[in-house]
Amino acid sequence: MQAPRDSLLEIENLRVSFATEHGVAKVLDGVNLAVRAGEVMGLVGESGCGKTTLANAILGILASNARREAGSIRFAGKDLLAMPPRQVESEVRGRRITFIPQDPFGSFNPLFPIRTQTMEVMKWKSPRRATQERRGIAGLFSRYPHARRRADAAAVLQMLRTVQISKPEEAFGKLPHEFSGGQRQRLMIALALLPQPQLVIADEPTTALDVTIQAQILKLLKRLARERGVSVLFTTHDLAIAYEICDRITVLYAGQEVETAPVDDFFRRPHHPYTVRLLESLPHPGRELREIGGEIPALIDPPAGCRFHPRCFRASEQCRLERPAVTALGGGHHVRCYHPITGASRP
Amino acid sequence: MRIVALILKRVAWLVPTLAGLVAIVFFISRVIPSDPAALLAGETASRAQIELLRQKLGLDRPLIVQLLDYYRQLLSGDLGTSLFTTRPVWDDLSARLPATIELTIAAMIMAIVLGIPLGVCAALYRNRFIDHLLRVFTVAGLALASFWLALLLQLFFAMDLRWLPLQARITGFPPPSLTGFYVIDAILEGNLARLGDALAHLTLPALTLALPALATVVRFSRAGVLETLQRSFVMYQRAMGIPAGLIVWKYILRNSLISTLTQIGLLFGILLAGTVVIETVFQWPGIGGYAFEAILHSDYAAVMGITVYAGVVFGIVNLIVDIGHTLLDPRAAVA
Amino acid sequence: MKIALDILRKLLRDPAAAAGLAIVLLLVAVAVLAPLIATHPEAVWDMNPRQRLLPPSSAYLFGTDRMGADIFSRILFGARITLTIAVVAVGAALAIGVPIGLVSGWRQGWLGDTLMRISDIFLAVPQIILAIAISQTLGPSIENVILALSVTYWPWFTRLVHAEVRSLRNETFIEASIALGLPAWRIILLHVLPNVASPIIVRTSIGMGFTILTASALGFLGLGAPPPAPEWGRMISESREFLPEAWWYALAPGLAIFLVVMGFNLLGDGLRDILDPRIRRASTAR
Repeated sequence: MQAPRDSLLEIENLRVSFATEHGVAKVLDGVNLAVRAGEVMGLVGESGCGKTTLANAILGILASNARREAGSIRFAGKDLLAMPPRQVESEVRGRRITFIPQDPFGSFNPLFPIRTQTMEVMKWKSPRRATQERRGIAGLFSRYPHARRRADAAAVLQMLRTVQISKPEEAFGKLPHEFSGGQRQRLMIALALLPQPQLVIADEPTTALDVTIQAQILKLLKRLARERGVSVLFTTHDLAIAYEICDRITVLYAGQEVETAPVDDFFRRPHHPYTVRLLESLPHPGRELREIGGEIPALIDPPAGCRFHPRCFRASEQCRLERPAVTALGGGHHVRCYHPITGASRP
Repeated sequence: MRIVALILKRVAWLVPTLAGLVAIVFFISRVIPSDPAALLAGETASRAQIELLRQKLGLDRPLIVQLLDYYRQLLSGDLGTSLFTTRPVWDDLSARLPATIELTIAAMIMAIVLGIPLGVCAALYRNRFIDHLLRVFTVAGLALASFWLALLLQLFFAMDLRWLPLQARITGFPPPSLTGFYVIDAILEGNLARLGDALAHLTLPALTLALPALATVVRFSRAGVLETLQRSFVMYQRAMGIPAGLIVWKYILRNSLISTLTQIGLLFGILLAGTVVIETVFQWPGIGGYAFEAILHSDYAAVMGITVYAGVVFGIVNLIVDIGHTLLDPRAAVA
Repeated sequence: MKIALDILRKLLRDPAAAAGLAIVLLLVAVAVLAPLIATHPEAVWDMNPRQRLLPPSSAYLFGTDRMGADIFSRILFGARITLTIAVVAVGAALAIGVPIGLVSGWRQGWLGDTLMRISDIFLAVPQIILAIAISQTLGPSIENVILALSVTYWPWFTRLVHAEVRSLRNETFIEASIALGLPAWRIILLHVLPNVASPIIVRTSIGMGFTILTASALGFLGLGAPPPAPEWGRMISESREFLPEAWWYALAPGLAIFLVVMGFNLLGDGLRDILDPRIRRASTAR
C-alpha cells in the first residue's frame, strides 16, 4: 500500500504469529495500514480478526509468545519495531501514542482512588516531564517534583471538566466503582489526551456501554480529537459506529486488510466482496436479515492466498494461490481483490 | 456500623458452635467407650474404685443432665480443674497464652513477609527455574512432619553446631513482664542481651512453625498474582507505558495482598495446629505444650478445657480477620 | 473407563505427578509385601536388648531402636498402619461428607443451612486439637485415631461438595433437567456427581497426605497405636531421648512420612491440573 507522504503512522506488511500449544497461529498476515495526522481511522473487523493484536503490536505490548515475522511500523518516521523497548516504553507508549481500552469496568484498579491512578500516568507521561527525571529502579524510588505535580493536577482537573465529569475535585478522591461505565470511559478519554499525544488507539471503546451512552462518548472523542489535532485509530466491529466517528475506514478480515476508503466512499461504493456482505448484513427495514455464510477461519491453519476466498461468492482459483496486491481506485480508496465489485456488477 | 453488626453476628454464632463442639466431644467420650468411668479410672483400678469415681464425676446420671451441667460450668467461666496441676484450667491457659501468641505471631510474620514476595516472583517468572524451585519447596514444605523437622533442626543447629539454643523461651530470668511477650518486654526494658537471647530462643520454633504456613502463602500469592496479571487494569497500565516494576510492586501486590490476607484465617489455623507439636519438641511453655502435658497425664478436664479455649481463640481470630478484610477492601465497605 | 485411562496418560506425562503416583503405588506395595521385603520380619515385635541402638549397617539398614528391633523392618510394617489409617479415615470422611454436601447443596432452605452449620462446628477448632480431645478420651489405639480423624475431616468434603452443587444448581442444563421432570436423585447422580467428582478426587489425594501427617502427629504425642506397634510418629517420639547419638532413629521414620505425604501431594496437584478445567467442560457438553 502506497502510504500518503503525510502519514503519521505507517504499517507495512506486518506479519505477527503466536506460538500456542496447538500450533502457530498466524494472526496478522502482511497488514498495511496508514493513519494520517489529525484523522480518525476506523479499523473494522469481526472478533478475532486481529484488531487487538494490531493495536498491541503498535504499542509494543505483544505477549511473550508472539513473533514478529516481517514488516515495519513507522511512527512519525521512526520504525517502532527497531527501537529499543525501553525507549518505546518511556517515550512512545502512553505519551505520543495513548490507549483507550475496551473494558471501562476492569481497566481501573479497584483498590486505588482515581487520584492515584491518574497522577501515576501524569507522573510518567505528563508533557511537562523533563527528560532528565530519573526512573529509579524499575520505576520504584523515583521522585515527582512538587511544582510539576501541582501543574499536572491542575491540568487533570481541567481535563476532567472538559470530558464532562461533574465536580472533578470530588471525583479525584473516589474509587473506580463509584463511577458508571460511561463516566469511566470519559476518564479514559481524559487520560488518553492528557499526555498530549499524537495518536490515540481506541480499542472498541464503546462496546461495553449502553447504546445511549455510546453516542455521547463517540461525539466527545471525535470533538476533542478534532480540537487537538490528534489522530485516532479506532477499532470496532460495528459499522454504524464507524460511520459516526471515522474519516476513513480499513476493513480487516482474518489478519488481512481487504479495503480502505474514506467513509462516504466506503458506504456508497464498497468494492471488496466481504465489505459488501458486511454492509448488506446491516438490518434494513423492509428487508430480511442477510448473513454471510461460513465461519471465520482458524488461524493455526488459515486458508491460503486471500483468506476470505472460502466464503466468497466471487472467488476463483487465483484467489487461493496468492493474496491479491493493492489496487488503487483513486481518492484514497484501495482494495485487495482479484474480483472487486464495481458499480456494474452490483447485485 | 457494619462492623458492629458483624461482631454481634459472629459472637452470636460462636456460642452455639462451641456448645455443639462440646456436646460432640462429650457424647463421643461417653457413648463410644462402654464404660467411661473405667477408662478414666485407669487399668489398675478396682471395681469399687471405678464405682466411686463414677458417682463422684456424676457419670451415673443421664447424659443430657451431665452435658447441661458442663454447660453451666462453662458459662460461669470455669473450664474445669486440671487433674494434674490442680489449678483451674482457665488460669493455667491464661498464664501460657502469651507464649503461644508470641510464637504464632513471629511465625505469621515470617510466613507473610517471606511468602508474598516469593509468590510474586514465582508468578512473574512462571515456569522458569525459580518457579519450579519454589514449587518443589512448597510441596516439600507441606509434606514435612513439623515435629520431625523440629527435631532435625534441634539436632543440627542446637546440638551439632550449637548456634541456637535447644529449647525454652529464654536462658536465665525473663524480662519484667509487661506484655508477656519476652521480645517486646526486653525492648521495653532496654536490655539488649536479654532481647538477643529471647530472639535466639524464638528462632528455631518460629521457623519450624512457619514453614507450612510459608508454603501455603507462596502458593496463594503466586496464584493471586497470576490471576491479577490477566486483568484489564494491568494491561491498561502496560499499554500506557507505566514502568513494569511499578505495576507489579505497587499495584498488583496490593491486589494479591488482599486475596492472601483473606486466607489468614486458614493460616492461623495451620499455625495453631502446629503449636501443639512444636511447643512439645522445643519445650515452649505455651498452650500447645500444655496440651501435650495434659495428654501425658490423662488430664481429661484439661483437654476439654483446651478444646473450648482453642475454639474461642480461633473464633476471635477469624472475627478479627473478617473485620480487617472489611476495612481493607474498599469495595466490601460500600457494597 | 476411557476417561480414567485418559487421565492416567496425562498424569504420566507430568513428571511430578508421575513421581507422586509411583510413590503411592510403592507405599501400597510395601504395605502389602512387608513380610516378604523386611529383612527382619520377626524382629518387629520382639525385644533384642543386646542389639539396641545400633547404627545403620548391612544387617540393619536403618539401625535398631531402643528395643533392638530393626528399624527398616519396622518402617515397612508401619506402612501398613499408615496406609490403613489414611484409607479408612479419608474413606469414612468421604462417605459421610459427600452425601451431606450433596443434600445441603441441593436443598435450599433450612435443611441445607443446618447441615452447613453442623459442619462448621467441626471446623471451629483446628483438626488436630479436636482429634486430640477425641483420641485422648477414648484411649490410644488405631481405631480411635481413625475415628478422630474421620470425624474431623468430613466437613472439608461437605464444604467442597456443597459449594459445587450450589453453583451447579444455577446452571442452565440443570434447570433444563428439572424442567423436563427428572427426579432429583437422578439429576444428582447423572449430572451433578460427575461434575463434583474431580474436586473430590483431588481433595481425597491431598487429604490422604494431611491425614497421614495428623495421624503421625497424634502418634508422636502418644495417642496413636500403643507400643510395640511400629507407628512412624511414635517411633520418632521414642527416638527423642536418644538424640543426638542415635540420629538414625529419628531420621528414618521421618523420611518415610515425608516421602509418603510428598507422594500424595504431588499426585493431588497433578490430578488437579488435569481434572479441573477438563472434566467440567466435558460434562456440561452432555
